[in-house]
Amino acid sequence: MTKNFFTIFGRRVHDFLYFLGGLVNLTFHTLRLSFAPPFKGIRVIEQIKKSGYDSLPIVSLVSLFIGFIFALQIAYFMQRIGSEIYIASLVALSLVRELGPVITALIVAGRVGAANTAELGTMQVTEQIDALEAFATNPIKYLVVPRFLALMIVMPLLTLYADAVGIFGSYLICVNKLGISSSMYWQVMFDSLLFKDIFTGLFKTIFFGMIIALVSCYEGFNVQGGAEGVGQATTRAVVKTFIMIIIADCFFTALFYFIFP
Amino acid sequence: MIHIKDLHKNLGGKTVLDGLSLTIKEGVTCVIIGRSGCGKSVLLKHIVGILRGDSGEVIVDGKDVSKLNDRELGILRLELGLVFQGGALFDSLTVGENVGFGLIEHSHISSKELAERVEESLSMVGLSGIGNLMPSELSGGMKKRVSLARALCIKPKIILYDEPTTGVDPITADSINELIRSLHDKIKVTSIVVTHDMKSAYKVADRIAMLYQGKIIFEGTPQEVQNTQHPVVYQFINALSKGPITENLREDS
Repeated sequence: MTKNFFTIFGRRVHDFLYFLGGLVNLTFHTLRLSFAPPFKGIRVIEQIKKSGYDSLPIVSLVSLFIGFIFALQIAYFMQRIGSEIYIASLVALSLVRELGPVITALIVAGRVGAANTAELGTMQVTEQIDALEAFATNPIKYLVVPRFLALMIVMPLLTLYADAVGIFGSYLICVNKLGISSSMYWQVMFDSLLFKDIFTGLFKTIFFGMIIALVSCYEGFNVQGGAEGVGQATTRAVVKTFIMIIIADCFFTALFYFIFP
Repeated sequence: MIHIKDLHKNLGGKTVLDGLSLTIKEGVTCVIIGRSGCGKSVLLKHIVGILRGDSGEVIVDGKDVSKLNDRELGILRLELGLVFQGGALFDSLTVGENVGFGLIEHSHISSKELAERVEESLSMVGLSGIGNLMPSELSGGMKKRVSLARALCIKPKIILYDEPTTGVDPITADSINELIRSLHDKIKVTSIVVTHDMKSAYKVADRIAMLYQGKIIFEGTPQEVQNTQHPVVYQFINALSKGPITENLREDS
């Protein structure tokens, strides 16, 4: 029983370290190849469209509802202490600093990361990755670099958009249902938001974008077996991305807490 | 010329290549025969440097493939055309973009010239005018031929075929054999054909080598292969279910 436990535990640790090593290796090669010619901007733009522009509907929907929900949840407590007016600042701060970045990252991980793993995994299974190599084309340069750069560009922009939509959602609730005047809402909100709130919120999303691109591509490249392998790799990619995003988020929050007190 | 010396490769705890040695002279079509899963495709991947051996040498055109850096390997790979077993066409690109892939990525030719080269390659495999289709719209046999066109488009000195006639109808198979033969006669390419289709092997081969248990156990002209008394080769070329190959399998398990 205990032996069994240690065997399983040991294997998990081994697998995790193996994954981490592979991921660091891929990160290194991706960064190196990002700065190596030839540069094909068109591939990055294609990926920006796929991962950014095409994500706008789902990001709009989710952030709008998060805005509604948050306004109502915060209102519940604020009404008890008679400070409804601060709903605007609380919603704005929590959206801009935390919810906007994380929710957007999770949406993009589920939508774009999963698609990356499935696409690259299928390419791996059908020998298309080998075919790229056979035609003297580095698969990391051809497949990973455009996705990596696109997600680094797209994540802050999508987050900014999600913040705006979420705040608009809470505005609709506050003005129409909670009796706060429109001008009052905007004034309180802008007073409470500082530049550093927006900056810290957006800065970490660049890293979330990197995590999504690298983990999903790594898992895609390492698919084994056929259709089942692609499915398992996609699940693994999404789960690992979620975990790493939350850990990175915790790290950056702590970091900024101490350097921008 | 391709010279392979004492190549070893272990994949996932299984010895796939176990001291394989083989020399293929320039302009020769060498057919490598062997059972499914005996490491024939793995051998091809070593020649183009997608896989690297655990020990041993693979020398192509005087260069040791495993010792080349990325740039040198890239240059060498553009002299090699690899035709994949399942085609391995890029399914996000059209047939035309697939065929021209090597040129689009590595040369600066005009789009007019590119279109001509693509059409020329497609017509060589008897598929002119399908450049705008997507790979998903093609049948298995067509995919194989497009894959061959893609390899031809970069005008390689050496062409490697991974089971070119497996899974296609007999008429297409014969036209692929004819094509391999005519490339050999007309443009003097060196070819390696990996297959277990003996009919195709006899038709295209200058030399036939048999891969068995990670080694080349026999090499000779088609005539010599047909007349051999080597028990393993004899069983294989005559498609017998009883013989040393199947007995060894039973012992292993």
